[in-house]
Amino acid sequence: MQPGDKSIHNTHPYGIQITKDLTIPKLFFEKARQYGKGRVAMREKEFGIWQPITWHDYFENVKYLTLGLISLGLVDGDKVAMIGDNRPEGLWAEMAALCARGVGVWLFQDCLIDEVKYIIDHSDTKFLFGEGQEEVDKAISIFNECPKLEKIIWDDPKGLRGYDQDYLISFKEVQRLGRELENERPGLFEELIQKGHGDEVALLFYTSGTTSLPKGALLSHNNMLTMGQHLMAVDPCTPADDYVSYLPFAWIGEQMMSISCGLQVGYTINFPEEPETAQENIREIGPHVMFAPPRMYEQMTRTVQVKYLDATWIKRKCYELASKIGYHVADLKFQKKQIPAYWKFLNWLANIIIQKKIKDHLGLSRVRNAYTGGAAMGPDHFRFFHALGVNLKQIYGQTEVAGISVVHRSGDIKFDTVGHPIPETEIKIAEDGEILTQSPSVFLGYYKNPEATKEALKDGWLYSGDKGFIDDEGHLVVFDRTKDVFTLRDGKPFSPQYLETRLKFSPFVKDSWVIGDKRDYITAVICIDYAVTGKWADEKKLNYTSYQELSQMREVYDLVERQILKANKDLPEAARVVKFINLYKEFDADDDELTRTRKLRRGFVEKRYRDILEALYSTAEDVHIDTTIKYEDGREAHIVTDLHIRKVKEQE
Amino acid sequence: MTGSNNTNKQDILLELHDIHMFFGKVCALSGVDLKVRKGEIHSVIGPNGAGKTVMMNIINGLYSPQRGNIFYKQQKINALRPFKRAKLGISRTFQKVEVFGGMTVLDNIRLGRHIHMTSGITGGSVYIGKTAREETEHRRFIEEKIIDLLEIESIRHKPVGMLPYGLQKRVELGRALALEPELLILDEPLAGLNLEEVEDMARFVLEINEDEQWKITCVLVEHDMGVVMDLSDRVFVLNFGNMIIDGTPEEVQNHPEVIKAYLGEEDMYATRR
Repeated sequence: MQPGDKSIHNTHPYGIQITKDLTIPKLFFEKARQYGKGRVAMREKEFGIWQPITWHDYFENVKYLTLGLISLGLVDGDKVAMIGDNRPEGLWAEMAALCARGVGVWLFQDCLIDEVKYIIDHSDTKFLFGEGQEEVDKAISIFNECPKLEKIIWDDPKGLRGYDQDYLISFKEVQRLGRELENERPGLFEELIQKGHGDEVALLFYTSGTTSLPKGALLSHNNMLTMGQHLMAVDPCTPADDYVSYLPFAWIGEQMMSISCGLQVGYTINFPEEPETAQENIREIGPHVMFAPPRMYEQMTRTVQVKYLDATWIKRKCYELASKIGYHVADLKFQKKQIPAYWKFLNWLANIIIQKKIKDHLGLSRVRNAYTGGAAMGPDHFRFFHALGVNLKQIYGQTEVAGISVVHRSGDIKFDTVGHPIPETEIKIAEDGEILTQSPSVFLGYYKNPEATKEALKDGWLYSGDKGFIDDEGHLVVFDRTKDVFTLRDGKPFSPQYLETRLKFSPFVKDSWVIGDKRDYITAVICIDYAVTGKWADEKKLNYTSYQELSQMREVYDLVERQILKANKDLPEAARVVKFINLYKEFDADDDELTRTRKLRRGFVEKRYRDILEALYSTAEDVHIDTTIKYEDGREAHIVTDLHIRKVKEQE
Repeated sequence: MTGSNNTNKQDILLELHDIHMFFGKVCALSGVDLKVRKGEIHSVIGPNGAGKTVMMNIINGLYSPQRGNIFYKQQKINALRPFKRAKLGISRTFQKVEVFGGMTVLDNIRLGRHIHMTSGITGGSVYIGKTAREETEHRRFIEEKIIDLLEIESIRHKPVGMLPYGLQKRVELGRALALEPELLILDEPLAGLNLEEVEDMARFVLEINEDEQWKITCVLVEHDMGVVMDLSDRVFVLNFGNMIIDGTPEEVQNHPEVIKAYLGEEDMYATRR
């Protein structure tokens, strides 16, 4: 399928025609009636047991919550914000907001107070759903500064005994109000649902913003539904499938899977007990489909690599052999070559003896399609999963298209591309290399920001701000953010992201920041992984007391240097890392160094670490750091240290 | 939370009367009186070596004092062994965690349920009917009340010995709670914890003291003055075996002798805030 080919997949695999009239609540109503008490809509692990919630329960909860919101004074188009961990109540609140003809706004659960205030205030939120004490505390502290905010709704009573603010109300109380309203005006809920139209705004989604304050993207019901339809047309799921919802709902990818696809297919959405138990719970469920940003897969890779280092000699040898077979078969698949029968047999053997077990531990044993997107993933990670036999696919998308626009097709996977556009989606490369998208899922515009809307939407095309090209086989290759692309000393363009992800393949490297735009050579700032490197240092009997001390050890520098040399090997000379430095702390979203989805905010770190940057391009061998770090609770720590600059050895 | 002393006898859960405790010729406690009222958090503070832990050991029954009486719900309990006192509803945690390192978190907490189990050795070996039902009920209690409260879902099947210190302290509190005590002795629950863990622990203590389903009276030994003054209804100040004052946090903070006793004792005023 080439870009522009709109003729295929017009019929929906689940028998639902996405008309302009269809809304998410209408579809929800339809599905709940269809499945009723006979099918499990979601599960939540609570008190150590997976508790099922049928479509009937789901419907009842949403219905009375909706009516409760109406009874509290919600009118058409009012914003309802949600914050908290992934849990059924969060999804019910979102669905209720939509059913009541409001607009849903999600916040990341780890947002700092300033961010919460900005989004609540900017979005004109009227009702805020928080989970428990933590969220309520955040909301109370900003309540007076957000004049439009009227009620704060909580569902976990723990610790909330002494709170008597009259704008606080419990989830149950709202539902009770809803039941009262139902008695007064029966049929109101159905009426509300029938009123909706597909072009109305459903969600106000704040983009992570690598450069500036978050922008609020307006997404319609139709945007969301067509997104789900088109992804499911490529990789169909069945109602019997399981999906684990553990990534923030404030991330469009999670919305796409839980709402856009989940509602249409009707698969079971599983919620982990606590964020800390997510990995364990995923293993218990064994989902059939998975969508996560690269950092999740990077974490899995790191887990396997570390476990490998810890394993006994015989286990290590078995693993090495199995992965050799796995890599060979995966490479044949990438090259679209026939796999000889004996390799097939060997692969089967490797799968039974090793790979199956590893996949089981990672919760990937039943995964049909695993997607990664939201940031770049290195080729090494990508190959790693294919060698394990996991059908990992890259996707390309953004909040502004309600999810994704391009995805790999099974059997046609190239690790340096993101694949073909999904149905009814056109991709075009502008003259300057910018990726443009046109599809029914392209958003309506930014909330209260006509200038940004004008820049992003021109003649029905979405301007992504990403640079890329389409290769010979029609695959889209995403190079990098336009403003991030480097010009090397030989005048060639270069993607820093590519190098950064390569460096991150080392389990010892958590984050990396590559510098060198229009400079004589490339340098890198490395954040080591404290847990993994710390463990390595323990085994080597190296003493350290803090991240800072560990990062500055000569042995750790050697360790990082080896990884850099490995990455340098395949690179053209001008793109090789010449010098690097180990940073004294990890990059942190709380310090604005990363976005909430853990993308590096290049402009910000360049300003923040200007001393380091300058030192890397001087003859200095050390950088003196004298700075204060602010903790979340307002405490400050003073850091005085010297960071060593290491010149990377010449390649042999 | 009033500072008045005209309390109803019924309200007093625990009373220490003129307690004297000697180790050889060393006098650890000389005539200490303490009245802990139902529903309160009563803190005991004092410099290192003041005799705080000795006092706790006396309440709990690990030591028996040479002179003086201990009353629990107006009943004299001097002669009762620790396990008998546990049955009456007195539970405790220790300054240095005393958990079973090789056992899982769940097993450690289950151990605290022991006194509530009625099935005998025969029932336990067949494990059907009443025994199985009992086991399920106890597990439900542990899951719904304790693990949920202490937020230790992610470690329930981990051996306690492998956990960081802060979590071990939580597990120990969980085990003490499994007893469903009426009086809980917390011996330095915050020692060695980082700021976040201190905040969590303080939250848990408040929760078990105030929540309807727990309503546990606490005797708290602690060095972190910020937390003590915030949490306590009453504070008892001990200095080398003698009581200086027993009053509300305000009274204690303004008491000249307390200030004098701690002059130079910098760490008494140390708080993490």
